[in-house]
Amino acid sequence: MAEQTMVAENARRAVIEIDGVAKTYKTADGEVPSLRALDITIRDDEFFVIVGPSGCGKSTLLKMIAGLLPPSEGEIRIGGRTVTRPHGGVGIVFQSALLLPWRRVLANVMMPVEVKGLPRAEYEQRARELIRMVGLEGFEQKYPWQLSGGMQQRAAICRALVHNPQIVLMDEPFGALDAMTRERMNVELQRIQAETHKTILLITHSIPEAVFLGDRVLVMTERPGSIAAIYDVPLPRPRTLDAMGNPAFIELTRKIRRHFDSPAAESAAAAHL
Amino acid sequence: MTGDADGRLAARHDDRPKRPALVVRLLQANWLKPFLFLAMLVVLWDVTIRVFNIPPYQIPAPKDVILTLAREWPEMLAQAVPTTVATIEGFLLAAAFGIPMAMLIAGSRTIEAYVYPLLVFSQSIPKIAIAPLFVVWFGFGALPKVLSAFLLGFFPVVVSAVQGFKSVEPDMVDLAKAMEANRYQVFRMIALPHAMPAIFAGLKVSITLAVVGAVVGEFVGSNSGIGFLLQRSIGTFELPTMFAALVILSLIGVILFWILDVIERLSIPWHASQRQDLVIGS
Ligand SMILES: Nc1ncnc2c1ncn2[C@@H]1O[C@H](COP(=O)(O)OP(=O)(O)OP(=O)(O)O)[C@@H](O)[C@H]1O
Ligand SMILES: [Mg+2]
Repeated sequence: MAEQTMVAENARRAVIEIDGVAKTYKTADGEVPSLRALDITIRDDEFFVIVGPSGCGKSTLLKMIAGLLPPSEGEIRIGGRTVTRPHGGVGIVFQSALLLPWRRVLANVMMPVEVKGLPRAEYEQRARELIRMVGLEGFEQKYPWQLSGGMQQRAAICRALVHNPQIVLMDEPFGALDAMTRERMNVELQRIQAETHKTILLITHSIPEAVFLGDRVLVMTERPGSIAAIYDVPLPRPRTLDAMGNPAFIELTRKIRRHFDSPAAESAAAAHL
Repeated sequence: MTGDADGRLAARHDDRPKRPALVVRLLQANWLKPFLFLAMLVVLWDVTIRVFNIPPYQIPAPKDVILTLAREWPEMLAQAVPTTVATIEGFLLAAAFGIPMAMLIAGSRTIEAYVYPLLVFSQSIPKIAIAPLFVVWFGFGALPKVLSAFLLGFFPVVVSAVQGFKSVEPDMVDLAKAMEANRYQVFRMIALPHAMPAIFAGLKVSITLAVVGAVVGEFVGSNSGIGFLLQRSIGTFELPTMFAALVILSLIGVILFWILDVIERLSIPWHASQRQDLVIGS
């Protein structure tokens, strides 16, 4: 009942609940604490962005949400159900493109459709549209090695979206792209989210990208990662690239950047910002 | 007159931007290079025999071998059939048992712990020493040589395929699992295609060894095949025949290897070793 009033308050349902989740890797050389206990609630239709220094456990968190890695402590719930294994309604873009070298681009994009046994013809149409959207038209029948790193990453984005998942997890999807393509992809992603009301969790090293795309931006601390701050982004949607000149935008990026100004974090952050 | 015309033609061709002459282009053709090298070896062989005065009952002259080959060609081909059949049967057995065995070893640590060390250990047993045993068990038919070809061809398939299955990136498996793929789908879509290049590498070693295995089988107990021919010609000191049999044997090995290579090209066109052709083809 308390939950219902919460729902009313937020006007939006909690979709991903991260409840006291921590991760310590047990390796041959001992334990590697990677994440300290986190509490995060990501709501329906929300664009949630995580920024943090390299090695703070962002990818680890994403894999746990995806059900590929069990948390050492705490619990993750998607739509109220505890995550113990991969969830069908989730699309994932991994940090590396991970295209299968033996499949051509279209077949790579169609892989989730094949695995799930969805109607082929209907989804192939959709796959082709996605491929066109990310600017890979004409490359459908090429092998991954015939594509540049950024093109491979764009194909991987299509693959994450092809089965129309309600939740999309993206681990630095635009890391391999040039600045111009990256901005175009940001605008596209914002449009997709606005049209389809997906819940998107995006990990990035770029603070302007985080502020441009996010409804909320979570800033993480050095390893083992914990929450340094969560900011609401007060910019109205749809945002155009001009929004980057907006004083509120500049103010927020400066605030976030200050988290990384400590000497320890500086080198790690500098490598990526 | 014609010489003159040719000369003028040649002169006109001369000012074209460097187009290599036919001979040069032939020399650069890749398929021709091994044949050129072979020709050089044959010449070297002939020269050596002449220079050191080696008597023909020790090493026959290339000419005699070639003449023997020409004379006994139908007989040789007839004898090549049982050897080739035994090789292919042994090889197919090696593939049919080796690949599933590799899947089991790569898929289960328990099976690996029990089986793999024994498998490696079994390789230190000289299979040539076992071959006579097969004759004792199975008589003088085709079975002993098929088994001997199988035994020699089995191990390389297993070792390569295990390495192929085990080198699958965990991230790729995660990718499939994130799509809720079941074990069978992970195997079919990720592990198997990933292992294919390694499996083919193993199969290529296996087929050449299977030829050796079949011949060993024919040595110890058979009344047909190239191995039998070899054995008989040594017994009667017909060295040209023996060398001719060796030539046939290498031909069998080369042709089988080449067929496998073509199958590989067709079945894994995406793989790095095939890319050159693919680019040219598209
Ligand atoms: N499989 C693993 N075994 C042991 N330790 C691991 C493993 N994967 C990650 N780690 C450790 O966990 C920490 C967090 O790793 P993670 O990949 O989540 O970082 P990240 O925040 O995604 O970094 P980046 O921004 O560079 O991608 C790292 O310090 C790493 O050493
Ligand atoms: Mg990462």
